[in-house]
This record gives sequence, C-alpha cells and structure tokens, in this order.
Amino acid sequence: MNKQLIIAGKPYHSRLLVGTGKYKDFAETRAAIDASGAQIITVAIRRTNIGQNAGEPSLLEYLPPEEFTYLPNTAGCYSADDAVRTLRLARELLDGHKLVKLEVLGDPKTLYPNVIETIAAAKTLVKDGFDVMVYTSDDPIIAKQLEDIGCRAIMPLASLIGSGMGILNPWNLQIIIENARIPVLVDAGVGCAGDAAIAMELGCDGVLMNTAIAAARDPIMMAGAMKKAIEAGRESYLAGRMPKKLYSASPSSPTSGMIG
Amino acid sequence: MKQLDGENMTISALVMTLNLTGKRLAIEKNGEIVPRSQFSEVHLQDGDKLEIVGAVGGG
Repeated sequence: MNKQLIIAGKPYHSRLLVGTGKYKDFAETRAAIDASGAQIITVAIRRTNIGQNAGEPSLLEYLPPEEFTYLPNTAGCYSADDAVRTLRLARELLDGHKLVKLEVLGDPKTLYPNVIETIAAAKTLVKDGFDVMVYTSDDPIIAKQLEDIGCRAIMPLASLIGSGMGILNPWNLQIIIENARIPVLVDAGVGCAGDAAIAMELGCDGVLMNTAIAAARDPIMMAGAMKKAIEAGRESYLAGRMPKKLYSASPSSPTSGMIG
Repeated sequence: MKQLDGENMTISALVMTLNLTGKRLAIEKNGEIVPRSQFSEVHLQDGDKLEIVGAVGGG
C-alpha cells in the first residue's frame, strides 16, 4: 500500500494541500498551515506594491520556501497566455522551481474553469519543463487529455471555488480516478471535514483547499479537523468499505444462545 | 502604473529606489523576464515597461 503521495517523483506524507489566502494575518496563516500538517502550499503571483510599506513582512518570511513546497498558482488568469506568463515569472521568483498549479478560469461570477484555455496552457507549460498540477472541471475526458499532455496531477473541482458546496458529482470523480495513472486531487468546493473524508474515500490521492479552512469560524481548529479527515478518509478507502445493501438479516450479535 | 524618471538606471538601482532591496521578486521588462542575476547589468531606457511581482497568499 502506498503510504505517501508522490507528485512529479517527490514523496509527501501529507495528502492535504492548502492555500494561503483569505487569512486574517500571516500569523494566522502560519498557525493554520502548521495545524493542517500540509507540506505543499499554494501561493499567488501578484504585482508588488511599490513605494509603500517597505519594511512590512511578507508571506515568504512566515512560510519560508525551505520549509514547504511552494505551489505557485495562476488564480485570476482567464487565458492560456496569462497563465503561462504568470508561471514563468513564478519560476524566476522561486529560483527555477518547476512544480506549479495551473488554473485558467472561464467566468468571474462562478470561477468555473475554462478547459480549452487550460489545455492550451498545459501543453505550453509541459513543453517548457514545468511539473503541472492542473485544476479542471470534473469531466473525465478532459482529465484524461490533461494526463496525456503530460500533467503531473489532475485536480478536478468538487464544486465551485469558494462555494463550500462539497462533492457534487462523486460518480464523475470516481471515473476520473479509475482512468488516471497520475495522482487525482480534489481542488475546490470542499466545505467541511466530512467533505474531505468523502473525497479520500472515493480514492482521491489528496485534497487541496483554502476557503474551507480560512473561512471557518476557527481556522486553526478546522485545519486540524481537515488533517484528521484526510487521514481517516484515506484509511477508510484503503481498508475497503463493507458492501451496501438495503437490509442484511445478519445482526452483529450471535443469533444462538438466546435466553427464553 | 507608476511613471519613473530614471534614464539609464540599472534594474538593481531601480529596486533600491523603490525600497525593494532584499525582497524576493521577479521582473519582466517589456514582456521579457529579466533574470535576477542580470539586475545589475540591465539598463533601463525611456519608455521601458516593467512588471514587478512577488508571492502573496492565495489558494
């Protein structure tokens, strides 16, 4: 049984990947990430504020790149060109770092992925030597195409980004998982620890989340809950659930030796 | 966008002027990435457009 998640040849003991956005401050970000046990953390690439607050601490000081595997993302990109440009800057920023999260959005209202632009960007990035973890819809055909292009992990949505609606189409996720020879991680839509456990019980290799932790009333407690849910869900998947039946007529206590 | 007067200034000098020395950042000049190792060699011309980016919290 594989105990570790392997992405682009590198093993990780944690199957929970977390974002670093939407926290109250960097101290809370750091505390939540510590409680989550995550090793891979996503970051966004944005224009630097120039000429102001020069001495202000940065995210990187709270989360040193030596301690975590950074996963720069393309959040907010609506075209393949913008996504590729963003990740080339990220690679320069992070000293040649190759592991990236590609997401190309189609619509600012729903943040639904644009799979056509995503495929175009994935092709360019793979050719350019990036290890691409790709956010996509839960369409099994698109997922397979992204794998065939050479992406290192497929990351279908459970439901829309930031919605907290949980896993809306477990059947599609199951087909994606069955077809894939690379890790499949649910990215987006998880709302609570139960959702994370369900994703893992479906056979996902991991879960990536941000809002479910950051927008909880107690983000640090939720981060711990998510860590346990991911571990419990994984073990439950590996242990193999009992078959479902409408009724069994097979009680758990012996039917012999009854008094009277 | 911020307009700067700095004809023939190097990117290193610009970074210093903007109080960004020591910050981890990546810079594009007119759409091309300038490797950090070349910051002290690349001189800016009138009309050059720069993008200066860093890592921030995100999901």
